[in-house]
Amino acid sequence: MRPRTIGRLGVFVVTVALLGVVVVLSLMVGRQAISPGEVIRALLPGATGDNADIVRGLRLERTVIGLVAGLALGAAGALMQALTRNPLADPGLLGVNAGAAAAVVTGFAFFGVADGFAQTGLGLAGAAVASVVVYLLGSGSREAATPARLALAGTALTAVLFSYINAVAMKDQASFDEMRFWVVGSVVNRGYDRLLIALPLIVVGVLLALAMTPALNALSLGDDSAHALGLGVGRARIAVAVAITLLCGAATAVAGPIVFVGLTVPHVARRLVGADQRKVVPLSMLLAAGFLVFCDTLGRVVSGGAEIQAGIVTAVLGAPVFIALVRRRTLVAA
Amino acid sequence: MITVPVVKAGPWSVRVRRRAVLVSVLLLVAVVAVVVVSLSAGVNSFPIPRVIAAVLGNGTPAEKLIVAELRLPRAVLAVLVGVALGVSGAIFQQITRNPLGSPDVVGFTTGASTGALVVLLVLHGGLVATSFGAVAGGAVTALLVLLLSSRHGVAPLRLVLVGIGAAAMLNSLNSLLIVRAQVYDAQSASVWLVGNVVGGDWSDVRLIGGILGIGLLACVVLWRPLTLSEFSDERSMSLGLPVGRTRVLAIAAGVLLASGAVAVAGPIQFIALTAPQVARRLTGTEGANLTASGLTGALLLLVADLAAREAFQPRQLPVGVLTGIVGGAYLAWLLGREWRKGRA
Repeated sequence: MRPRTIGRLGVFVVTVALLGVVVVLSLMVGRQAISPGEVIRALLPGATGDNADIVRGLRLERTVIGLVAGLALGAAGALMQALTRNPLADPGLLGVNAGAAAAVVTGFAFFGVADGFAQTGLGLAGAAVASVVVYLLGSGSREAATPARLALAGTALTAVLFSYINAVAMKDQASFDEMRFWVVGSVVNRGYDRLLIALPLIVVGVLLALAMTPALNALSLGDDSAHALGLGVGRARIAVAVAITLLCGAATAVAGPIVFVGLTVPHVARRLVGADQRKVVPLSMLLAAGFLVFCDTLGRVVSGGAEIQAGIVTAVLGAPVFIALVRRRTLVAA
Repeated sequence: MITVPVVKAGPWSVRVRRRAVLVSVLLLVAVVAVVVVSLSAGVNSFPIPRVIAAVLGNGTPAEKLIVAELRLPRAVLAVLVGVALGVSGAIFQQITRNPLGSPDVVGFTTGASTGALVVLLVLHGGLVATSFGAVAGGAVTALLVLLLSSRHGVAPLRLVLVGIGAAAMLNSLNSLLIVRAQVYDAQSASVWLVGNVVGGDWSDVRLIGGILGIGLLACVVLWRPLTLSEFSDERSMSLGLPVGRTRVLAIAAGVLLASGAVAVAGPIQFIALTAPQVARRLTGTEGANLTASGLTGALLLLVADLAAREAFQPRQLPVGVLTGIVGGAYLAWLLGREWRKGRA
């Protein structure tokens, strides 16, 4: 093997190791600290006792949900940035997550839809509609959608959707409660049943994403070159868009709207392994899963008593990255 | 070429555009008319002569209570907040030369509401302290966004994007403050965060009135150099304009106005974005028209508040919900239009 290949393999090995550390850490840390050995013992089949109850009953669920939602958001972010050739693409910022949230809140407030299955479906539909709208708005002219346009279109859409969500939330107490759940992304108390419904969609989305990475490499050369390489450009774009919608919709249905994970992580991944989407997409998944679990853990310890929702931590950590990207001269012509 | 009459008084001279003046007068008439309607209409509606009598202090006790003590401060507050937002939007759009440079898009309004929320929920301050918090929050945000977006000068588009990033972060901080607060505080704070003029009383009116006075005074002084900055920086400098200083002062005035509006009414979205744009189309001028923008802002907010109050009876929506939905849709339309013209 060439040294570069070993280096990139090394990146994956280190990432997986870090992911393991973050997961164990997230199970250890909390109001009652548990040692790593105890955590592993608690996870073994047949374990009993207080520690096992805490680890399995309380912490494992949010860690698993954080992993799955993070993985989906990381993949969606990487796909979005590759598809739109837009370094600022992020499912949260582009209003896709807001679309999912708006659909779910509508279903709850007006049609009494409260079960996880229907809510996931609504979340998916909302995400799909929002992403189409943003893309149409962002590429209103004959030219391709530029980064700035998409971000602005996303802002407009997010503003409309959150105003709408607020309006619905004023309807009654139950809707207000439900809205609070959907306005801030979090991985706490989401429930395994919701996860089980979303999981098949995420699996399909991930497989589709991985299958489309060679096509994304071809697309990065420009539509004409991709066409010359024998790629069905239109069909490839649609397949990637389907994967994005599945991943964003399902992640939002599980964890609520989470911003900046899908934006930040693919940039880190590209720094580490270069521009080859066959490596960027899977690495983004692993890094994003770790990042979201880490943010959740951080929100648990950073403020002593009460917790800070993972979605808030990702925004606080992710926004500076966004601003740093915007400041790069290449992105916005001065 | 159309000749524009000029009014001269000592060192001051103002070009008078007939259409702009006419539009401003019509807007003023419309504002007064909507105020009267909003005083008379409602669940208890009163004929207009009775409204005027009540405002002048000659009505029955019921008329005085409903018209003069409940509806009048609310309507006056809507007018003043609308003017503040419209003028502040015009200032920022003029400086950034971009309709998207409005304080509500680039995060200044969000920063002001973060400041206000900190004072309200963490320090439990009163109205005046809250407004100081709002102004401080808005100013700090503006400073940071401007610093972060300047790199060999502030490129308008970069300013807008940095502002979007800052707004996303501040929004989540706002959610954090709300999640952390006591349940009762949290609910009233999240209603406040939507933006409304419902609870407005005379102390709110006095506060925004004072801020508006300072801000408008600054605008009168800065108006002409600001309009001339429509040209490029180089050209403005060659005309002998202190570009940097004018801009800093104008930004300070704009932040003060936007933050003051947030302090009394919460972050009402999109009035600052839409009012100058509508005003520009009405007056047919290229650049900012502060008078028309302010009056348009007042008219938009009044109409929106009247609709939010009466159209969904028996419920009342906060006006911010309405401006958010309508204004966001307008923003989307604006983006589509500008892009088709290849300007943004």
